[in-house]
Amino acid sequence: MADETKNPPRKRAAKKAAPKKTSASNGKAASPQTVPDAADFRMYTEGGHTHESLGLEKDELLEMYRSMMLQRRFEERAAQMYGRQKISGFLHLYIGQEAVSTGTIHALEPTDPIITAYRDHGLGLARGMTANESMAELFGKIDGSSRGKGGSMHFFDVEHHFYGGHGIVGGQIPLAVGLGFAGKYKGTGAVAVGFFGDGAINQGAFHEAANLAALYEIPVLLVCENNGYAMGTSVDRSVSQPDLYKQAYGYNMTGALVDGMDVFTVYHAMRELAKQAREENKPALVEIRTYRYRGHSMSDPQKYRTKEEMEAKKNEDPIIKLKAYLIDHKLADNAQLDAIDDEVKAEVNASVEFAENSPYPPLETMYEDVYVQEDYPFIV
Amino acid sequence: MAELQFREALRDAMTEEMVRDENVFLMGEEVAEYDGAYKVSQGMLDQFGPKRVIDTPISENGFSGMGIGAAMMGLRPIVEFMTWNFTFVAFDQIISNAAKMRYMSGGQLKVPIVFRGGNGAAGQLAATHNNSTEAFYTNVPGLKVIAPSNPDDAKGLLKSAIRDDDPVLFMESEVMFGMKGEVSDEEDYLLPIGKARIAREGDDITLVAHSKSYWLAMEAAEELAKQGYEATVIDPRTLRPFDTEAVIDSVKQTNRLVIVDECSPYGGIASEVAFRIQSQCFDHLDAPIARVTAKDTPAPYAKNLIEAWMPTVDEVIDASKKALYVN
Repeated sequence: MADETKNPPRKRAAKKAAPKKTSASNGKAASPQTVPDAADFRMYTEGGHTHESLGLEKDELLEMYRSMMLQRRFEERAAQMYGRQKISGFLHLYIGQEAVSTGTIHALEPTDPIITAYRDHGLGLARGMTANESMAELFGKIDGSSRGKGGSMHFFDVEHHFYGGHGIVGGQIPLAVGLGFAGKYKGTGAVAVGFFGDGAINQGAFHEAANLAALYEIPVLLVCENNGYAMGTSVDRSVSQPDLYKQAYGYNMTGALVDGMDVFTVYHAMRELAKQAREENKPALVEIRTYRYRGHSMSDPQKYRTKEEMEAKKNEDPIIKLKAYLIDHKLADNAQLDAIDDEVKAEVNASVEFAENSPYPPLETMYEDVYVQEDYPFIV
Repeated sequence: MAELQFREALRDAMTEEMVRDENVFLMGEEVAEYDGAYKVSQGMLDQFGPKRVIDTPISENGFSGMGIGAAMMGLRPIVEFMTWNFTFVAFDQIISNAAKMRYMSGGQLKVPIVFRGGNGAAGQLAATHNNSTEAFYTNVPGLKVIAPSNPDDAKGLLKSAIRDDDPVLFMESEVMFGMKGEVSDEEDYLLPIGKARIAREGDDITLVAHSKSYWLAMEAAEELAKQGYEATVIDPRTLRPFDTEAVIDSVKQTNRLVIVDECSPYGGIASEVAFRIQSQCFDHLDAPIARVTAKDTPAPYAKNLIEAWMPTVDEVIDASKKALYVN
């Protein structure tokens, strides 16, 4: 992909915010001696990118559209299958957040390791997991990505450098720092990207990991996908500093705020931030504001938000936005996009059939994949 | 054979493995500049430099998780905990991540990491600093747990642990770091994980004890011998997996079993061993299995109380005599 960051033709491109002269002390009268160091906050909220300004070719744009559609249609079918009791346990849908996964994956090198929390289908599919192995995993079948041992919350695709799908809120953030540490230790030049939700920013694991990342100068982006709600608790009811990116200040790292409903903005921000992390061995805290259109999980009555809020957010649907852009810029016509939709639907439908036909894991697989040691003496 | 302190045996094991494999590194609180809180890693910073001997802030959850993440990428971290008491704030990383990563990923990942440090009671440190944590961790499938009693086993088993592809929890003792013992000077000294050591053979009773408790059992066995009863003493060395066969073989000869275990009595190592033996060689037992453990309270501070709280040689002798039906 062409990289135009050296000579950016963009006019209204999101820009690095000038380092703030004043502090995060919110207007308190501060004497010069108490003004802290300037914070490195960056705003990627304006939008206004064009594919040309970002150096994105038509083929890649269509690939992004296809990926977003695949994530959307896959999860719609998964929800349906949950209703039919083909899928059990927890199912957390990513619907509405697809610009985050897609923009990020396209901004990274394919070998940059990524890791996320339990709302993981979107990132997995965006990184190259097949609909077949994903649906089979949800069905708890042997052909699933984790052989039916992980389920919805534990998607993994190590071949594509996707390190999971993690069920404990915030528990994967220190792991993300470890992924970045390993890249630096081995000198691979990889940047690790660790995703987590707005609820996880209140976990000690986040704060310990952020400190370690900055202290050891680890190339890792700590990406908070702020969809507004930790289950049913809104950010302003749970975080003392609800501008989450500002928490970067406490760890002496770059803090970035990104509009997560626009795939171009996410792509642009993540490309710039990954470049910095790669070249300067620097972590950053990236808050990407997004919105999930579905409940926290399948059993969420969603009394914590209004219909009006939902409707307003649906006008920002990142897939509709990209579709309109493609048509407006004559990069694709409706027929072409419909063809992609049909292709994706067929792929998803086939995955349901694949999952149905895949056998349940044989009972003896219970004792497999616990230890690398092949003759471990289990208590039986 | 060379006579080494326990800490020197551990250091030799780590040093040899770090020389052998570039992917092995050590991190933890005070391991580098301070030369180790208990001087286990003394001199290692000078030898390997700050890239591979890494001081961490006091963030057990954070640096444990960082180690696990690094292991997922193929590195082989040794994470030192100043003591296992402090691992309770890293519990989630060890249990949810290290132990279960391979399983949840359907075998796509392995986590070749060693967590090590002092475990168990170490004097008048009161309740928060005197935990025997082995029963918590042996309860978790996916982990291996080793608790050696002497420098030789410490070296051979730590080297094996570092080479093992599964997460290994290696439990030492603050009060044993200075203990001296003969250590094999075999060039690449590796002991098998999961194999017990028969330390002493006798026909009358079997004593099973690991780590610090092993020395109580040995002392009790010497005293029992003076009174005419010969004990077999088994040091399991590895607690998960546990070498049940070694104990069964012995109990079939002695028909009596006492387990010494510094854990709390409720669901401790002794409970598990007792269950296995009664279920697998019930017909060979001539007396109920007895155990000597810490008392069923938090560890007290006062000298007299903590001494009474800990398992003692006298308690081991008493329990043995009860199993032998003598008084």
